[in-house]
Amino acid sequence: MVEVQVRDLGWRHAGRREWALRGLDLTIPSGQRVLLLGASGSGKSTLLRALAGLLAADSGDGEGEALLDGVPVARARERVGIVFQDPQTQLVLSRCGDDVAFGLENRGVPPERIWPQVARALRRVGFPYHLDHSTAALSGGEQQRLALAGALATDPGLLLLDEPTANLDPAGAALVRTALAEAVRADTTVVLVEHRIAAALPLVDRVVALGPGGGLLADGPPETVFADHGPALAAAGVWVPGHPLPRLPAAGPAGAPLLSAEKVRYRRHGADRDALPAVDAVVREGEALAVVGPNGGGKSTLALLLGGLIAPTSGVLRAAEDLAAGLDGPPHRWPATGLSARIGSVFQNPEHQFVRANVRDELALGPRLAGHPREHVDATVDDLLDRLGLAALAAANPFTLSGGQARRLSVGAALAAAPRVLVLDEPTFGQDRNTWIALVQLLAGLRDAGAAIVAVTHDDELLATLADRVMSLGGPPTGER
Amino acid sequence: MTRRAALTRRNPLARVGAALLFSLPLLSTLDPLTPTLAIAVSIAVAGAFGVSVAALTRRSGPLLLGAVGVLFSVVPFAEPHGQVVAAVGPLEITDGVLVDAVGLGLRVLAVALPGVIVLATMDPTDLADALTQNARLPARFAYGSLAALRLLPLLRSQWQQLVLARRSRGLSPGRNPAAQARSLGGVAFSLLVGAIRDGERLATAMDARGFDAGIARTAARQQRFTGGDWALVAGAAAFAATILMITAGLGM
Amino acid sequence: MRDTNRRWRTVDVLVVSVLAVAFGVVFWAWGLLWNGPFAAVFGAFKPASAIVYGVWLLPAVVGPLVIRKPGAGLFCEVLAAIVSALLGSAWGLTVVIYGLAQGIAGEAAFAALWYRSFRLPVAVAAGALAGLAAAGLDLVNYYPTWSTDWKLLYTGLVMLSAALVAGAGGWLLTRALARTGVLRRFPSGRDVVKI
Repeated sequence: MVEVQVRDLGWRHAGRREWALRGLDLTIPSGQRVLLLGASGSGKSTLLRALAGLLAADSGDGEGEALLDGVPVARARERVGIVFQDPQTQLVLSRCGDDVAFGLENRGVPPERIWPQVARALRRVGFPYHLDHSTAALSGGEQQRLALAGALATDPGLLLLDEPTANLDPAGAALVRTALAEAVRADTTVVLVEHRIAAALPLVDRVVALGPGGGLLADGPPETVFADHGPALAAAGVWVPGHPLPRLPAAGPAGAPLLSAEKVRYRRHGADRDALPAVDAVVREGEALAVVGPNGGGKSTLALLLGGLIAPTSGVLRAAEDLAAGLDGPPHRWPATGLSARIGSVFQNPEHQFVRANVRDELALGPRLAGHPREHVDATVDDLLDRLGLAALAAANPFTLSGGQARRLSVGAALAAAPRVLVLDEPTFGQDRNTWIALVQLLAGLRDAGAAIVAVTHDDELLATLADRVMSLGGPPTGER
Repeated sequence: MTRRAALTRRNPLARVGAALLFSLPLLSTLDPLTPTLAIAVSIAVAGAFGVSVAALTRRSGPLLLGAVGVLFSVVPFAEPHGQVVAAVGPLEITDGVLVDAVGLGLRVLAVALPGVIVLATMDPTDLADALTQNARLPARFAYGSLAALRLLPLLRSQWQQLVLARRSRGLSPGRNPAAQARSLGGVAFSLLVGAIRDGERLATAMDARGFDAGIARTAARQQRFTGGDWALVAGAAAFAATILMITAGLGM
Repeated sequence: MRDTNRRWRTVDVLVVSVLAVAFGVVFWAWGLLWNGPFAAVFGAFKPASAIVYGVWLLPAVVGPLVIRKPGAGLFCEVLAAIVSALLGSAWGLTVVIYGLAQGIAGEAAFAALWYRSFRLPVAVAAGALAGLAAAGLDLVNYYPTWSTDWKLLYTGLVMLSAALVAGAGGWLLTRALARTGVLRRFPSGRDVVKI
């Protein structure tokens, strides 16, 4: 029920030289559902924040204006609802009912009207639990459903969705999309940002693609946009449905086993169920193994076990003599420097692995710990900086990097120690098409040079492009397929 | 723990106030009897606050160790008085110092126990509601910190991830305490960076839902401070006064 | 450099709160170390443990340095104390009282200059004052029977540790945080080069 008008809109975050968004003109008629596309850094999230009135004057410089039914957004904030990407950092209270009530309290709704409205919002999204249910006990998909209920409770005329399914496994994402399809009123204006477009298309009737330097790359009904601008959008990093990806199968057959896990099982201290039920797994040189399965099935735990970072509660992980190269016992007993030179791990959140104050030192850590001479360290680092496209950022603080750059650095930092096994947890999570392709090609190159790749993933494209073997975890029956 | 226990339904501020009024006056004493009486009272009323004796023992385990530790940290450094009862090397231990130390160990326990009891069944949401509705604290601070508290389990699991991530990068502190402290500092730094990002995201999400928009906020959950709550606070003060009078009467 | 707007935004409240929660987690880990390896090192001579005391006082200095608003030190230190109490600290409300006293004492250093300076000397003074409050409470609560010499020595050691670790350390920590770019929305993050 809200018409959106954006005129010459621009925004530059405090502390940044580049504009996140500039010179944007856009009109969205009341009740339209728009899918907003663009490469990483094209300002999609900034535009959503602008429409929600969340860009405070003291957090950056603004230009132009954004109007909702002719009223500046700052005075129409109560007409907007927004759902963000990360479920953990958008739920406010510890009980489900209280969390939905939060927005109503803030808007001064009389107490006696709050609870009926909470119940209605929860019904709309098909939320199955009691009001007192703990928000911490929900799965990611359920948390996003609850966040949607919280946004809908105040009956917004404009609903903004900032990659609401990006952090979820396929089952959780489906849960949220069903809720969206059923809960949103026909006359509500919707703007949706999504990386993975195919599944979102049934929800929208217009596609708008933002260009890298501001302005629009494409605008129109989905069929027309993808038919006319498909290749250009793909080149800009947008995930265009049906646009082909490279196929990178192994150059030769898999080699000898480097790691074999026999009935490895893991249970956290004091937990009442296994984080990973007993499984067998073999990691071979020159092979890319993909580990799939629903969240909570133990995929990430298996990655930590294969990475030699935690000890199995029962069962054993054996390293081939060739890999151990003089180190005794199972990998979790190896000293850290020996481990990182043999088995590299790449965590889901790249920032967790940053331990130095600039990109160059981050890459140099592995070879330095291995005791290589200075020239060798420098040569390794320079080579990696080039291959990762990070040469211009060598002096930057790792925490200032964008998502795609941080991901490449975390992979590069693991590679710098020259491990023969590389274990990655959701390496392609949230990456735009260009970073995705660069990353997958890098991994394929490593595998073809004889390294073993293990990737824990939900990403169907990664399976199709790179995986030589798929192992399915969680949900019966457990085992390799 | 029974959530229905009589005093858990009292206003959170009344429960905190009662614990403070009961425990703080103990700091004015140094004899072993006063804290013993106070500990006895605490154990006796724990059930009414929904804390079983078993749960109390479990929660205060480290506290017992701390109380014993106080003995060792007090005896060697105190001003000697009374009869010398033992000598360890150059150090002469007097009975006066020993009695003081026992009293002090018990007092540490007695001062902490009431807080442990009321916190064991304290729901942070109820506390924030009471702070805004009864103590008139600004909602910004009460619900801001409440929302941040929700991140506690997340930050704890991030801590474990960070420790593993350092090992994956080839860093391990070994057994040297100085290296351990340095490594802990590195993990703490990464945790803080992530925490600030989480805080910003949470603030944006809260603002998006109209938090701090300048509209008078309403309350979905009502907290009231009633006569029963005043009675609880007064009762705690009366108990403390009685204990102090008894021991003063005995000339301690 | 002076920020005339003293009203707390939501983001100010949340970032200080989350910092406090994170410090609560750090304290929990520090506590494990404190009771483990350090106990072995300092067990023989209790007053020496005062040397590493400063870590507990970091929030009182880092909170104000990051957001530069009145009350930040008090709020951050008290909330960190509440978190460690909720994390199952055996000390109950005692830690919250410590948090209050340390927070108020640290805050005094920034308030004395009308919240106009957030440089190293002020940070060191804030740390030392917070240390003074902590040592004072310790002497009342745990060591009232110590001889005066030991009391003075203990207070001096705690203040020194607090000035170094919480004061200078907190200042360095804030500068390092600013360099990661996460403080862009705060005055403390604006002194850093644009990226």
